[in-house]
Amino acid sequence: MIIEHIDAELPGTVTDRHAFRGDQTIVVAKASFLPLVDFLYREGFQLLVDITAVDWPEREQRFDVVYHWLNLASQERLRVKVAVADGEAMPSLTSHFKTADWFEREVFDLFGIPFEGHPNLTRLLTWQDFPGHALRKDFPLDGGDAFCMEGCTAPYNNGERG
Amino acid sequence: MILDSIALSRQQVDGDTMIVNLGPSHPTTHGTLRIIMELSGETIVKSTPEMGYLHRGVEKLGESLSYQQFIPLTDRLNYCSSIMNNVGYTHAVEKLLGIEIPKRAQQIRVLMSELARLGDHIVCVGVNAVDIGAFTAFLYIWKQRETIYDLFEMATGQRLHTSFTRIGGLFRDLPEGFVPATERFLPECEAAIDELEKLLTHNPIWHDRTKGIGVISAEDAVNWGYTGPCLRAAGVPQDLRKAQPYLGYETYDFDIPVGTTGDVFDRYLVRVEEMRQSIRIIRQVLARLEPGPVNVDDPKITLPTKDKVYTRMESLIHHFKLIMHGMEMPVGEVYSATEAANGELGFYLVSDGGKNPYRIRVRPPCLPIFSSFHEQVKGFMIADAVAVLGAMNVIAGELDR
Repeated sequence: MIIEHIDAELPGTVTDRHAFRGDQTIVVAKASFLPLVDFLYREGFQLLVDITAVDWPEREQRFDVVYHWLNLASQERLRVKVAVADGEAMPSLTSHFKTADWFEREVFDLFGIPFEGHPNLTRLLTWQDFPGHALRKDFPLDGGDAFCMEGCTAPYNNGERG
Repeated sequence: MILDSIALSRQQVDGDTMIVNLGPSHPTTHGTLRIIMELSGETIVKSTPEMGYLHRGVEKLGESLSYQQFIPLTDRLNYCSSIMNNVGYTHAVEKLLGIEIPKRAQQIRVLMSELARLGDHIVCVGVNAVDIGAFTAFLYIWKQRETIYDLFEMATGQRLHTSFTRIGGLFRDLPEGFVPATERFLPECEAAIDELEKLLTHNPIWHDRTKGIGVISAEDAVNWGYTGPCLRAAGVPQDLRKAQPYLGYETYDFDIPVGTTGDVFDRYLVRVEEMRQSIRIIRQVLARLEPGPVNVDDPKITLPTKDKVYTRMESLIHHFKLIMHGMEMPVGEVYSATEAANGELGFYLVSDGGKNPYRIRVRPPCLPIFSSFHEQVKGFMIADAVAVLGAMNVIAGELDR
């Protein structure tokens, strides 16, 4: 329902959409993201449930930043995905949603996606000089060299490092 | 990390303010989390929560485990009510698969979830009372939590890390004697909740310590991403069991308690009433519990029973295929949310059709709540910070994942 509204009010915003098992997903370009967020907020999508990301290393824009919204009045959920390249910054939502603060820090920590306009973009779960970003697909499961001493075998991947 | 880079909001060389470090190992932090407080006298000027001490990389590990193997990791998220995490996760995978589990499995899941909610609220309210100084109330209610854990042990074989659910159903049916034991437990628990309320609800010291502490408006609570009892205490009647029913919750008769101010006292009242409502739901489940299978009848999802594996070729093959190659998963992504004791526990699964999930995201309910900690305690005393922290019910295992 909200997607038709978006199409009517902000034509051309939604570049791709799909519905799967009752979840509605829209994909938007980064440039049209902030106007969309303003619109969603006015439409009642005021609970920002979650921000996360998915890494697709073979893609040119390798990350999908995934936002989940909930409309408390109509109980409608909406998933918004924005693709960004490695090192490309997303606009921060901290001025709209206070809850975005820590979620964005977590995404920055685990994926290395910077958020422009975030007041305190530091790592949340790992420590300041943690090597790399743990949830990237090319980050090894055992942590890699930084965590293994000389001659130790990795506990996973059949003892192979990778 | 250098202290002054994270804590100081103003020059502290003049000795006006003092830095106090709460945690990471402190009795009132309920797990390993650290709060660096800048104090002026005993008033909090700034508090900087620091987390990650219990970060185990659950989401990363999930990418190398099969869907079924991830279930034990969900136990360790909110370890006070691990069954609800099991239920939430398997519910998400079942949504991805597009299957519906048998009626009895749904009923048992509701039964166990509500027992777990009861246990979780007992921990939260009881421990919050201890932190504030009401030790007696804690002891009175804690006995009931032991009984709940005994019931869990009876049904699942484990007290804490239950791993009770399986994709498509349950690990096993309820054992004989479970239902009468639960029926015996319910009146005892009700009496204990009455005792707890006698000790706290009209206690002037409890009022002094909890009223007006941690006040939050409904708009702010939504903006901070609050869910669960903390959101309801602020006056928003949002409960996924009513709003977006799952597991047949729409067929049960129960009420959603709502507060007005969102302070620690309202959160306490909401939790106490939710305990009573949980008991109400458990009674209804016990009344309608009917015999039947507890797993979906699909050899591509459910493991065959051992006697069939040893005697029938086909079952042996199914067993081998399920263990070695996993289930056939559709390509797609789902977000599934359940009402855990603490709020909306969400699982976002991305499947590329492989044996392992491409990405598992756990949306912990207490992370957004805890992120508002500074706003909640700014200008209050240290002792109030402890009260607020307890009422937020921050569970480090879930916070850090």
